[in-house]
Amino acid sequence: MTLAPTPAEVMIAAAAREIRDGEVVFVGMRLPLLAFALAKRTHAPRAVGLFENGIIRETPSSAMLHTMGDPPNIEGARMCCRMTTVMGLLQRGDVDLGFLGGAEVDRFGNINTSYIGDPKRPEVKLPGSGGAADIASLAKRYVVVIDHAPRRLPRRVGYVTSPGNGDGPGWRSRVGLPRGGPSAIITDRATLRFYPSSGEAYLASVHDGFTAEDVVAQTGWELKIGSDCAATIAPTTEELRIVRECDPQGFWTGRRESR
Amino acid sequence: MDAGRRNAGPSDIMQSKLMTMPDAIGRYVPDGSSVALGLGLEALIPFAAGHEIVRQHRRDLTLIGPISDILFDQLIGAGCAARVTAAWAGNVSAGLGHCYRRAAESSVPRAIEIADHSNFSIALALLGGALGAPFIPTRTLLGSDIAARADGSHLTIGRSPLTDEPLVFVPALVPDVAIVHVQRADEYGGCHAWGNLGVMEEGALAARSVIAVAEEIVPQSVIESDPNRVLAPPHKVSAVVHERGGAHPSPVQGCWLRDHEFFLEYHDATRTREGFEQWRTRWIDGVPDRASYLTQLGAARVENLTVKLTNPAAPVNYSAS
Repeated sequence: MTLAPTPAEVMIAAAAREIRDGEVVFVGMRLPLLAFALAKRTHAPRAVGLFENGIIRETPSSAMLHTMGDPPNIEGARMCCRMTTVMGLLQRGDVDLGFLGGAEVDRFGNINTSYIGDPKRPEVKLPGSGGAADIASLAKRYVVVIDHAPRRLPRRVGYVTSPGNGDGPGWRSRVGLPRGGPSAIITDRATLRFYPSSGEAYLASVHDGFTAEDVVAQTGWELKIGSDCAATIAPTTEELRIVRECDPQGFWTGRRESR
Repeated sequence: MDAGRRNAGPSDIMQSKLMTMPDAIGRYVPDGSSVALGLGLEALIPFAAGHEIVRQHRRDLTLIGPISDILFDQLIGAGCAARVTAAWAGNVSAGLGHCYRRAAESSVPRAIEIADHSNFSIALALLGGALGAPFIPTRTLLGSDIAARADGSHLTIGRSPLTDEPLVFVPALVPDVAIVHVQRADEYGGCHAWGNLGVMEEGALAARSVIAVAEEIVPQSVIESDPNRVLAPPHKVSAVVHERGGAHPSPVQGCWLRDHEFFLEYHDATRTREGFEQWRTRWIDGVPDRASYLTQLGAARVENLTVKLTNPAAPVNYSAS
């Protein structure tokens, strides 16, 4: 018997589908750890995973990871190295895709993980960039994974930790960024993609159990609905089996409270 | 920056550098110094050294590191830090760090200055220090508020003198001391570390002095049997401290697993300042040393966290004849 997917499992399956076979992926933390493992075991067996602490993997780890530095992520790694090795690959333009989380992402895909309110006297001091700003700056494309709420998806973030499309088309090259930008925002309700012409996010697909109107109402700007907006492809039984095998306690997939 | 303020000088390669943690912290981490910690990111975090810094009531430190998991949070909560130069400070398992928030948002227990970096930019800052270069140019952070709002002492937006393209210049960072946790060391400063290395090599090279905290002290011949695995030039290491379990709750490849629950317990216990003070009394001030800390952690928990199987690397042949 297969239990219905949790919101996190829907997000993981959607994130895994962003990984194309053979791509070099900056994996990151939390749900993308599972998305990488899922993609490797399904449609993207030739994907290569980079971790900013200095790990390169060609196979998913043998055990559930709480952090990228956990011992199972090192045992069986293809390479263990220094951070500048993997960050160098990123800056050179050798990384296809990176995954990012965040407290806030705006309509141009700019991400704030630093400050809510005035940075000099913040209402909330968030932990900061980690490697996120580097991935947003330098990967060929990046995908944001975030919970859907108006305050999480504001019209404009108060602080740009990780640069997206800035204030619109042409901004990235104007400020000197060599490539890249956001390609999708995956939430617990929907997947958003970006208009190449305006650099603005639009509703591309809606997850099971929600309507386009729900999603628009939960977004902090007037979210446009894409002309090809469809239902998100639900996780298959096989995908759910793999995700649950990777996270048997449900730590990341929401069958256990993680915070 | 504190360049030139303190220079540990060349260490005597003939002399044992083995000392106790209180001696190492007392000698190499004075008030006001800049301390690089947590350079291996989520692994190999020198918690025992950080706790000794708290016990010795160090003040006005500059904490330097890419991420520190909860060690920076503890040092900030204990009032040891005046400045944080980091890409990320919080609790990797739980997200936010409560002490960091209290300090940044309400100056409790004291105000802190924050120099925001990304992981790459702080790695480049330490690489600059390691190379003796004045700064390193990069394309990362262009367009970000991390670069745009930086005060210039730790990041500056400029243009390439070669092509006129926009670049971020990352000034070199020279910590007074880097503290690294390693699997094994000899008493003369030779260290082997394995697993992911983060910015441990750059940090140790950049710093004026290095404290190596080792799970195990081995004969120099063991370190010399594999010179490619040596973390830092042994003559640069000022102090070697033997401290088994000194990285708990962070993992040490081949020795210790990560104690995930400890991070979550810390998160729950430190929501209030009073909660942090109680946690600190129990886990830092209330234990005189690391051995007592591990006793308090309990034999069962220590056993569960201990790596039991072996998965050794294939030997390599260094023979010259």
